[in-house]
Amino acid sequence: MAATAPLSLLVLLLLGPGVWGQTEPPRDSLREELVITPLPSGDVAATFQFRTRWDSELQREEGTDHSFLRYAVLPREVVCTENLTPWKKLLPCSSKAGLSVLLKADRLFHTSYHSQAVHIRPVCRDARCASISWELRQTLSVVFDAFVTGQGKQDWSLFRMFSRTLTEPCPLASESRVYVDVTNYSQDNETLEVYPPPLTTYQDVVLGTRKTYAVYDLLDTAVINNSRSLNLQLKWKRPPGNEAPPTPFLYAQRYVSGYGLHNGELSTLLYNTHPYRAFPVLLLDTVPWYLRLYVHTLTITSKGKENKPSYIHYQPAQDRMQPHLLEMLIQLPASSVTKVSIQFERALLKWTEYTPDPNHGFYVSPSVLSALVPSEVAAQPVDWEESPLFNTLFPASDSSSYFVRLYTEPLLVSLPTPDFSMPYNVICLTCTVVAVCYGSFYNLLTRTFQIEEPSKGGLARRLANLIRRARGVPPL
Amino acid sequence: MGLLSDPVRRRALARLVLRLNAPLCVLSYVAGIAWFLALAFPPLTQRTYMSENAMGSTMVEEQFAGGERARSFARDFAAHRRKSGALPVAWLEWTMRSVGLEVYTQSFSRKLPFPDETHERYMVSGINVYGILRAPRAASTESLVLTVPCGPESPNSQAVGLMLALAAHFRGQIYWAKDIIFLVTEHDLLGSEAWLEAYHDVNVTGMQSSPLQGRAGAIQAAVALELSSDVVTSLDVAVEGLNGQLPNLDLLNLFQTFCQKGGLLCTLQGKLQPQDWTSADGPLQGVQTLLLMALQQASGHPHGAHGLFLRYRVEALTLRGVNSFRQYKYDLVAVGKALEGMFRKLNHLLERLHQSFFFYLLPALSRFVSIGLYMPAAGFLLLVLGLKALELWVQLHEAGVGPEEAGGTPGSSPPLPATQRVGLASLVAPLLISQAVGLALYVLPVLGQHVAAQHFPVAEAEAVVLTLLAVYAAGLALPHSTHWVLSTQAPDRSWMALKLVALIYLALQLACITLTNFSLGFLLAATMVPGAALTKPSGPRPLRAALLVLTSPAAALLGGLFLWQRLQEAPLSLAEGWRLFLAVLAQGVLAHHTYGALLFPLLALGLFPCWLLFWNVLFWKR
Repeated sequence: MAATAPLSLLVLLLLGPGVWGQTEPPRDSLREELVITPLPSGDVAATFQFRTRWDSELQREEGTDHSFLRYAVLPREVVCTENLTPWKKLLPCSSKAGLSVLLKADRLFHTSYHSQAVHIRPVCRDARCASISWELRQTLSVVFDAFVTGQGKQDWSLFRMFSRTLTEPCPLASESRVYVDVTNYSQDNETLEVYPPPLTTYQDVVLGTRKTYAVYDLLDTAVINNSRSLNLQLKWKRPPGNEAPPTPFLYAQRYVSGYGLHNGELSTLLYNTHPYRAFPVLLLDTVPWYLRLYVHTLTITSKGKENKPSYIHYQPAQDRMQPHLLEMLIQLPASSVTKVSIQFERALLKWTEYTPDPNHGFYVSPSVLSALVPSEVAAQPVDWEESPLFNTLFPASDSSSYFVRLYTEPLLVSLPTPDFSMPYNVICLTCTVVAVCYGSFYNLLTRTFQIEEPSKGGLARRLANLIRRARGVPPL
Repeated sequence: MGLLSDPVRRRALARLVLRLNAPLCVLSYVAGIAWFLALAFPPLTQRTYMSENAMGSTMVEEQFAGGERARSFARDFAAHRRKSGALPVAWLEWTMRSVGLEVYTQSFSRKLPFPDETHERYMVSGINVYGILRAPRAASTESLVLTVPCGPESPNSQAVGLMLALAAHFRGQIYWAKDIIFLVTEHDLLGSEAWLEAYHDVNVTGMQSSPLQGRAGAIQAAVALELSSDVVTSLDVAVEGLNGQLPNLDLLNLFQTFCQKGGLLCTLQGKLQPQDWTSADGPLQGVQTLLLMALQQASGHPHGAHGLFLRYRVEALTLRGVNSFRQYKYDLVAVGKALEGMFRKLNHLLERLHQSFFFYLLPALSRFVSIGLYMPAAGFLLLVLGLKALELWVQLHEAGVGPEEAGGTPGSSPPLPATQRVGLASLVAPLLISQAVGLALYVLPVLGQHVAAQHFPVAEAEAVVLTLLAVYAAGLALPHSTHWVLSTQAPDRSWMALKLVALIYLALQLACITLTNFSLGFLLAATMVPGAALTKPSGPRPLRAALLVLTSPAAALLGGLFLWQRLQEAPLSLAEGWRLFLAVLAQGVLAHHTYGALLFPLLALGLFPCWLLFWNVLFWKR
């Protein structure tokens, strides 16, 4: 697992110089944006996205050779500043101007959730796809915790979150915007106030729900020039209650069941909370080889009944070579919990294969769920009286589901670990000595000894006896 | 080796074993007991020390100051509890959510095998409430647990209050690397068992419970908290878990560190800690604590809600706030600071607690006896059985000793005809019958409780205990029943063979028990070995019978109870002792069925049949 992760990095590096090696390729439009979403619990989520695109002379290949597809996971990594700094250096304006001035490590790591990504992909430049551009997309999502950062106060501002305000767009950027999600707050029940008031708003369907955003365009001189800096403020009119957050239609949980160091079971719970729609989910599991899966124990149950997957792809592990790969397409019935479980046995590693901290346990990578989830919009009963008449003529069907990829939590499994210490050696030595002694003692104690007169004259005597028997004389 | 393969020297050795057998046995037995009592004295006990690097040198600063908040939570909890008469689930959920935890509940129900008269329960159903504090930016792979068991007898409302105040304080910190689960269980141990089984998705005791909605990875350590007043004079720590399992010694060291740092008065087994280990006073006090710990560990009953966590390899201990008549009292802030410190250091752990000892005895909080030093005590006791077995073996073996020498050794049997072989067939019947009695002792009480309750004017719980005693007593009639089956041709040789088998069987069982639960193995050996060694069908039979009865497992249990109460400074009268004994029998059977405690099956299926073999030897028809 850890060995394949550098491999994918290598691929990126090989592609990189090929592109940059040419005469200073024109950096096509940089677009940067920040989406701020106040959550009902009082927390605030902030998502940065930076997209750079540049042209290359590489030709797009027809189709993809699947034998070159690699999937690698490193479940152990914990994000820290070391991950952020090189990531920031990829940005055209680094952290000097534009939205990236907000990326202060000391604030970003005060959050309760942190997700950071780099995506590279070829993009067709025109409809015929004769030439392609490369797109580098960098995303960073954090959730600021009202309990930790807010210290009781639940009002947010850019300064409170990032200890910086926005003063100018990145000069290289063709687009630089800040969006604030005001969907549930802007209408009749004024729970949230955004300051300064937005000049424009933007509406779209995101993840199956209709959203309204207040838009602040940094390239628009009116936004910044009024006060020389933009410090967005969110003020709760009514303090958000502490009711449980709404549950999404699809979520999952993964855990190890059983106890002891011999056997165990990997269980994944898939929740479909949609009131009446079933939908299929593609479940991808990679399990390291030192958990020996018993594939015959794979059981999938929904609502107490067996649920037969419509597609299963299983690639068994090879010791020290490759992990198990299990891929299934499972239909999740409406409002149900589906349990996917498979038993395993913990293997004994060679003593040099243990990590320096073997008693910490060994990580098992998250399962990946890919699904087309029915959207919230389609699930809500339509108020036919309120909506325009043409809604019945052209019912919206294309936005009825949206694509989601979910990662479950990684697992920590302890393997049978020798005690790498002096007592361990002593025990091994003592056991050997005891085993050796026991064998010989037992042998001696259970054997009876009898004194036997030593025979005198071996061959000659026997010969003599033969002759004597032939003569009819009693033997010697 | 030449010593054993040379027949002449071998005979000499055998003669030596025979001649010195009795003094060697006595010496070995006395040495075993003396060694055990000497365990509390300095060369054998050592100072405890922190082995785990992650918890040792790192300093933490405790900032908990929510004493007032804890008290108000406790008041509210107690008021809601009084109002609803059960665990105020809705209030707990609301409060936990308001301090920022992810809250889940779990309902469970369990029908006990027979009514539990001590706790007055039979059909038990309850709800556990737990809240998870998610560590920021972590993937929920590891967690710590703070649990408060609530039962009808122990409302524990101050503990709930302190737990909630701690949760509120912990929620505002950013340094957590492991999730923290705050768990309130109903029906104390039953609730804990239901929660643990559901968390690990196993069913070991037939508990019916709803599956858990939220989990937080592998649990690294757990602390159970019991407080029943706003102020405490001392904190008592309990380590003994189910079946005598102990947490890693580092967890106890951690607690002791914060005891000293916060200047708290901490006790072990309810005993104050001796300060002076140079004179005899400290160690003598240590002997008492050591004996109490041995008795508690031998009982196999969890000494607090933490005890059930140990089965799942979660290091755990229970802290109990005691409010006695001392002048100096600590408020909840002091206890909260100790807990905060412990959790912060546990949060630093990189690996599971594994550096320090898992097998130890504690004469005091700051002193321990390691496994290497206490094992000889049990070894000496088991040596007696080995010596006796060797003597019988030599006597039985023609080659070992001639008839003339055997006759000369004191206390041995009359000379045996050398040609006679031991009929192993004659051993089958007593072995089978005694094992069958053991099986009956294990199965009948719970199976036959309804029948007994119908035909006799007793309640089910009483029926179980009385059936236990009846089967136990009926086992004593075994020698007469085996005699029907036996056709004894060589009575001397066959009782010796039977005793030899019984000795080896007993030694094997005790050795195995000692390896896993030293206290139980040692206490059983200390009581059963003299009776087993001295049993033979000759000599003053009533005297030997009395000795054997006094050293039977049940008598050992009764003796243990009296010793326990005496050490607790609450001596019992005989009648009280008997009543307690009956209650303990019922509790033992219940603990086996509800938590999977192994003492009852061990006694019923292993040691009692073995003891019956000796009883059989004693009444061997000659």
